Amino acid sequence: MIEVRELTKKYGELVAVDGLTFKVEPGRIWGLLGPNAAGKTTTMRILTGYLPATAGHAVVAGHDVFDEPDAVKRVIGYLPEVVPLYLDMTVSGYLGFVAEIKQVPKAQRKAAVARVLGSAGLKDVGGRLIKNISRGYKQRVGIAQAMINDPQVLILDEPTIGLDPAQIMEIRELIRGLRGEHTILLSTHILPEVTQVCDGVVIINEGRLKACGSFEELAASFERTDGVVVKLRRGTDEAALFRGIPGVETVAIEGSEIRIEWRRGRDLRDDVARLALDRGLGLREMRSLAGIEDLYLKIVSGRSEQ
Amino acid sequence: MSNVWSLVKKEVRSYFGSPIAYVVMFSFLLLVGYFFYSLVLWFNSQAMQMAQNPYYAQQVNINEMVFSPLFHNMSIVLIFVIPLLTMRLLAEEKKTGTDELLYTSPLKVGEIVAGKYLAALVLLAALLGLTAVLSIFVFAWGNPELAPWLTGYLGLFLMGSAFIAVGLFFSSLTDNQIVAAILTLMTLLLFLLLNWVSSLGSGAAWTKVVSYLSFSEHFEDMTRGIIDTKDVIYYLSVSFFGLFLAHSVLQSRRWR
Repeated sequence: MIEVRELTKKYGELVAVDGLTFKVEPGRIWGLLGPNAAGKTTTMRILTGYLPATAGHAVVAGHDVFDEPDAVKRVIGYLPEVVPLYLDMTVSGYLGFVAEIKQVPKAQRKAAVARVLGSAGLKDVGGRLIKNISRGYKQRVGIAQAMINDPQVLILDEPTIGLDPAQIMEIRELIRGLRGEHTILLSTHILPEVTQVCDGVVIINEGRLKACGSFEELAASFERTDGVVVKLRRGTDEAALFRGIPGVETVAIEGSEIRIEWRRGRDLRDDVARLALDRGLGLREMRSLAGIEDLYLKIVSGRSEQ
Repeated sequence: MSNVWSLVKKEVRSYFGSPIAYVVMFSFLLLVGYFFYSLVLWFNSQAMQMAQNPYYAQQVNINEMVFSPLFHNMSIVLIFVIPLLTMRLLAEEKKTGTDELLYTSPLKVGEIVAGKYLAALVLLAALLGLTAVLSIFVFAWGNPELAPWLTGYLGLFLMGSAFIAVGLFFSSLTDNQIVAAILTLMTLLLFLLLNWVSSLGSGAAWTKVVSYLSFSEHFEDMTRGIIDTKDVIYYLSVSFFGLFLAHSVLQSRRWR
């Protein structure tokens, strides 16, 4: 649905995107991850036809972005990093205008505006001026305008930035609800957001592709070990006991917690729990080690344990 | 075409949704109203004196003595008013990031430029149209000729549309509205004053060329009821050139 080959963008001397290649399948939600200035926004701007690429190809929904920009623009929805709002317009008036310039047929415009007002939860503020609504609502108007032409591909640049936790949950829920009908590429640097919302990730750093795939695929290729972190009532004194479990490779003490690792492919979680209960160590907490944070840091810094 | 129309509607609505249109119209009408008032007073006193002398009495011409100077004054006021109308057209979109919406919609750059230009023309027409109300008094109580009055307004409209094209170009260059307004104002003033050089070179070829480029040079005849294609072509080509430059600036994003 989105295919990028050897994409390069230079701003004078500065190379923002450097030979980027990745492919995103239809009907799923993909996260575009990377530290600040990794080239996320530039990539999205190229995909949406806002910026020209210096070299390379990008195909969105079967159309080449450079050869048929208008065909691409007709089938995508785009929420830029800075939500493009005309503050003097009402919410409905603005969405009507976007429907016009996105070439939604005249007969369907009213219905399209009503549909996105409903799906973005904007029914109550439709008649209000955009400058008078809250930031959360503004962000929703941004998502609503991206959906107005019922796009095959939705590109969302930091859709939850600057929102309060409750609003973030709502926007995530909204995006999750779009899975299946739309192919979605969203950028973010909030890692838990990715695991909660996305089916797969594209990780870039300094304009280069670092990894691309589902979380399981990434974990399998970047982490040699799997493991758990446990917290015991009796503290860390008896950590050495866990070394006795067959297959455990390392046991390390991290503050008040014990980190237990084994070779990827096995699952020793039951054994760890059984030992803790049998010896009466007082199991208080146990969680999986392979969090997105660890994985992300490893991938971005280019370290692989293979 | 429907894209252009959508942009024109949005742009005109946004003029009237913000104070700009009202402030500009108010100031313009106030100034023009004052000019009109003082010109009519002056005309009345002159007419009284001239009526004493049968030779001069034939020279009393309300078109020449009221409308012609009024149109000149209006053209000067337009030089100051137009930059205020055009400064936001493209600069504001860039500043607020809404240009990203326009450029990622299936709109041609030409459609964006045309939409912005036509919206400003609508406002110019409204400005000029409102001042025409003043002339009703002259037509009701005097007997001016209609043709010079019409050509005067045609000239003002053509000149204003050329100003708008220049303003649109400068608005395309920057994301700062003040910068766009100042550059437009300076350029318009420069072009207004270009015909002064003709007094320097006493008929040398270069002074003719330079003064041909002046805005005011081509307006003179129109206030007297003469439509010279040379003048019409001059204003249209300034408009076209301004729009072409604005289009090129926007289009240059494709290869920058």
